[in-house]
Amino acid sequence: MSALATNARVVRALGMRSIRQTFRRPQLIAPIIVFPTVLLAIQTGGAGGAVELPGFPPVQSFLQFMLAGAMMQSLMLAGNSGGIALAVDIEMGFTDRLFSAPIPRFAIVLGRLAGTAALGLFGSLWFLTIGLIFGAEIESGVPGALLAVVLVTSCAMAVGAIGAAIALRTGSASVVQGLFPLVLVVLFLSSAFFPQALMIEPAQTIAKYNPLSFVVEGIREPMISGIDAADTLYAVLAILGIVLAGLILSARALRHRLRVG
Amino acid sequence: MEAAIAIPAWRANLATIAALMARAKNELLRVPGAAIPGVLAPTIFFLGLNGVFGALTHLQGFETGAYESFIVPVSMLQGAGFTGAAAGVNLARDIEQGWLDRLLVSPAPRWVLLAGTVLAASARSLIPAAFVFAIALVLGAGWPGVDGLLVTFFMVAAMAAVAACWGSFLALRFKSQSAAPLMQAGMMALILTTTAYAPLALLQGWLQKIARVNPVTQVLEAARQGFVGSVTWAETWPGLLALAGMLTLLGALALRQMRRTAA
Repeated sequence: MSALATNARVVRALGMRSIRQTFRRPQLIAPIIVFPTVLLAIQTGGAGGAVELPGFPPVQSFLQFMLAGAMMQSLMLAGNSGGIALAVDIEMGFTDRLFSAPIPRFAIVLGRLAGTAALGLFGSLWFLTIGLIFGAEIESGVPGALLAVVLVTSCAMAVGAIGAAIALRTGSASVVQGLFPLVLVVLFLSSAFFPQALMIEPAQTIAKYNPLSFVVEGIREPMISGIDAADTLYAVLAILGIVLAGLILSARALRHRLRVG
Repeated sequence: MEAAIAIPAWRANLATIAALMARAKNELLRVPGAAIPGVLAPTIFFLGLNGVFGALTHLQGFETGAYESFIVPVSMLQGAGFTGAAAGVNLARDIEQGWLDRLLVSPAPRWVLLAGTVLAASARSLIPAAFVFAIALVLGAGWPGVDGLLVTFFMVAAMAAVAACWGSFLALRFKSQSAAPLMQAGMMALILTTTAYAPLALLQGWLQKIARVNPVTQVLEAARQGFVGSVTWAETWPGLLALAGMLTLLGALALRQMRRTAA
């Protein structure tokens, strides 16, 4: 068997393990699915009148607008959960056993990221289904839905790389868990939940430069109007930037982990 | 041999409650970091919701032009919900570590043990409430007046007691810290399915129906009145009644579960 095929099997096995781990532990799956779903329902019901505000983009409903935000929240929390699970593996000594196995070190991180990406995929499909059940339309149809799913899945992997880097660096589940509020801060300071133009300063200015705003607009546009090449390009570039940052940080943290043990 | 001095039961009960509250206070002093999530989460929600949904005040039917004034009691109650639920998590930890078993074999009545947990959560909830309130004032929230402030902080402390009863019930039922998400999510859903984001008339159909029957809506309106207008008895008594009802129901459930828990 070629080295590439062997590595692919390792990544697949570790990815499957991380997915099973998440679905077995309610405390890991709840933040990814339950929390964003509850918040989506409450925000849609509570702030739904916002669509009548002057300057609000033309949408079929507030739910249609909010779906992208819920997907972003889910994928960010999936990245955070992936980091927590990796830190638990480090605390329990499972990662040490993997380090001593004849497999490349990067496959260990990639396995975890594959699992996080799968959770992102699950989250995107979950919220698309919720949206369709409750009457939200996807303006650009199946291609738009597919684009949204791809962007969410790849962004989950990108955010997961940052979670993995922090887990490898600190080796502490409680530290990674402590980032949960930070995830919410970063999301609130993006256009995930409201049009940027209608946000209040300084949130508006921060949202303008927040990379997550570009990603969320890339996911939202196919749903509320149609696929826009520029928005999609910006979203892809933002995701690539997060991936790059995550991989560099992960590589450094992995070296650090191997050094300190 | 000297005869033992008999201490009246009520004094012994009060001393036990005070000791349990002191234990909760010691936990806070020894592990200050443990209080951070309870303070941070409502503060982030306050800052986030204010920055994101602030423009909602332009909608016709909003009682105030300052969203920070409208939303600050929500975040204070959220802090109470988180703190109360954390009391449930701590109780679950005590059960896992066998500490509750030791309390159960003591001569203290079950209701005293529960009261210690619940009152400690009530007192502790004033920390996140004060922090969020201070941040809100800095950001321009209106001063609710002394009467408004007292009503708000009373509602916060009582809501924390409700949340602690809920958390204790679940902790005693499941006997595991893994029930923590249920404790937190239950309180979050209860507090947010009210007039948290907008006045009742501006809520969407289904949420309007839930908010109308959710007793926390009355608590929130009572806590909010000083921030968006003046304090009146007509706005206050429904909140007090709702709190009394929730405390009676959830307190009875928690106590029943405590009595079923064998040492």
